[in-house]
Amino acid sequence: MSGLELQDISKRFGNFTAVDNVRLSVPHGTFVCMLGPSGCGKTTLLRMIAGLEEPSSGRVVLDGGDLTPVPTHKRNLGMVFQSLALFPHLNVGENIAYPLRIRGVDRGAQKKRVDELLAMIHLTGYGDRPVSKLSGGQRQRVAIARALAISPKLFLLDEPLSALDAKLREAMQVELRQLQQQLGITTIVVTHDQREAMTMADLVVVMGEGRIRQAAPPIEIYRRPADAFVADFIGSTNLLDVEADGAGRATVLGRAVPGLEMPSGKNKGVISVRPEDVHLTAPAEGTVAGKVTFVRDLGGTIETFVEAEGKTIVAVTTPRERTGFSAGDPVGIVLPRENCVVLDA
Amino acid sequence: MRREPPRTIADYAPLVFPALMLIVFFVIPFSTMIAVSFFQRDQAGFYTPTFTLDNYERFLSAFFGGVLGFSIMLAVLVAVVCVAVAFPFTYLLARSSRRVQTVWLVAILSVLSLSEVIIGFAWSTLFSRTAGITNLLVAVGLMSEPQALLPGFGAVLTGMVYQALPYTILVLYPALVRLDPTLLEAARTLGASPARAFLNVVVPALRNTIVATLIMVFVFALGSYLLPQLLGRPQHWTLSVLITDQAIYQSNMPFAAAMAVFLVLMSLALVGLTLMIGGRREASA
Repeated sequence: MSGLELQDISKRFGNFTAVDNVRLSVPHGTFVCMLGPSGCGKTTLLRMIAGLEEPSSGRVVLDGGDLTPVPTHKRNLGMVFQSLALFPHLNVGENIAYPLRIRGVDRGAQKKRVDELLAMIHLTGYGDRPVSKLSGGQRQRVAIARALAISPKLFLLDEPLSALDAKLREAMQVELRQLQQQLGITTIVVTHDQREAMTMADLVVVMGEGRIRQAAPPIEIYRRPADAFVADFIGSTNLLDVEADGAGRATVLGRAVPGLEMPSGKNKGVISVRPEDVHLTAPAEGTVAGKVTFVRDLGGTIETFVEAEGKTIVAVTTPRERTGFSAGDPVGIVLPRENCVVLDA
Repeated sequence: MRREPPRTIADYAPLVFPALMLIVFFVIPFSTMIAVSFFQRDQAGFYTPTFTLDNYERFLSAFFGGVLGFSIMLAVLVAVVCVAVAFPFTYLLARSSRRVQTVWLVAILSVLSLSEVIIGFAWSTLFSRTAGITNLLVAVGLMSEPQALLPGFGAVLTGMVYQALPYTILVLYPALVRLDPTLLEAARTLGASPARAFLNVVVPALRNTIVATLIMVFVFALGSYLLPQLLGRPQHWTLSVLITDQAIYQSNMPFAAAMAVFLVLMSLALVGLTLMIGGRREASA
């Protein structure tokens, strides 16, 4: 098949298993975001794809060919590092031309390609500047251009935007995504920022403790998380213990949720309800009754913290649907059946 | 860091002590030496203060010119060999685990505690026919009979490199530890083999450090006068040996001073030239 395949890849450092039996298929031209908390093995996995780290077992296959025994410098890929790793002794043009120079491309062709890439990253005319004279965003673009100079089949980025300030980061996310779509290149980005993943990815791979917890399109990850770890990591959510009563109905905080049934063969679990899906009403109308403990009005959204049966539930509303609750008010909580996801505990 | 320039005389106060020390222990002795180099030697005693260029004239002979040339060549060679050996070694050391680094650094520092005399005699034993390393080669079967490897140029060079190597490593170490390891990885992902990446990226990124280290070892080796005598033949003696000989054994202070002044000028000129070439390359880059 055309694309990248990771076949049962593991990486052990002594007794510690950094990456545990990862299996993943990435079709050609897909934008993948590997997402997870620090230490989950996502960077190690990326480094194994690049050949900077050797897998303890398993294979990396690109377009049907086994990459595992190929040394890094013969893999013909492009990689952007967290530190960017621009060469300080070379100017912008020389940095971008480096992979071409290594491959013995003649000077004229080098120059032409560098000009093309500088135009692509909107830095035409910057070729003769020293790298140290560029701003953070410009350096970022130079690192991307250098990685793409040989038009690689695989484009890898390790936390590429983490050094930029929030505004610039959001702009670069959009730019990177547009660039990837324009070039149709298979791209893998490692990040711990879920907004970044949601913005850019076709496929989000959530990793935890060395394993893939879920690999799916962003909205599916958000709407249908595979387990409590994923639900908690992607966005914010309310995780509540759920039990089956005698009739197989799901009960949360001691009350049955109308219309919600436990999956067959399951007695216990956790439900995940996104804060924007939690409705607050008059105390008598809710599934569960509680008391407002804190209201955080952020202008664009309002977060209401409600305590019910010893648990804190967060509801998010917009000012337009202002419910007007303040701390101390008794409220009723409605958990809409269609927005509750039952997960393994 | 930007600081306000000093305004009043009191602001210069912290400089008084270092300036005084420099004057007393450097400027005055050095000026005395320059002055003595123009004095006349007195056969009976020490020297008589006059102004003569005889000492410099005598120095400008083929013999002393040859010794000066040899001294500079030897010092350059020691510097180049030291950096060529120490740079890859220190690079690997900086990439290894903390424990390995500590063990090596302690071992290297312990070499610094050896005096030039001990180093000289240790190597003269190691290079001797009766107790030297060639006996090991014979035992292994690589040589048919033990040989004396000294006196000779190779022995002088080995001894001096051995002496200067710890300094070289200690000067290179901080710069190599600070070097961003992803620079090398980036070069590899861009298509450079590990050896090529090292030459393309690590060496140019540390060019200034390398030049500074070369100069330091060069100056250090230029002053060596014991090892060439212990391990070499008279034709391997450096200018420092001759200066010692003139000053101490021949009691010809003015001539020794003239040679010393000349040596300092030559080293300054070489260091200046190196910096100038380095600076020009930087400007063009």
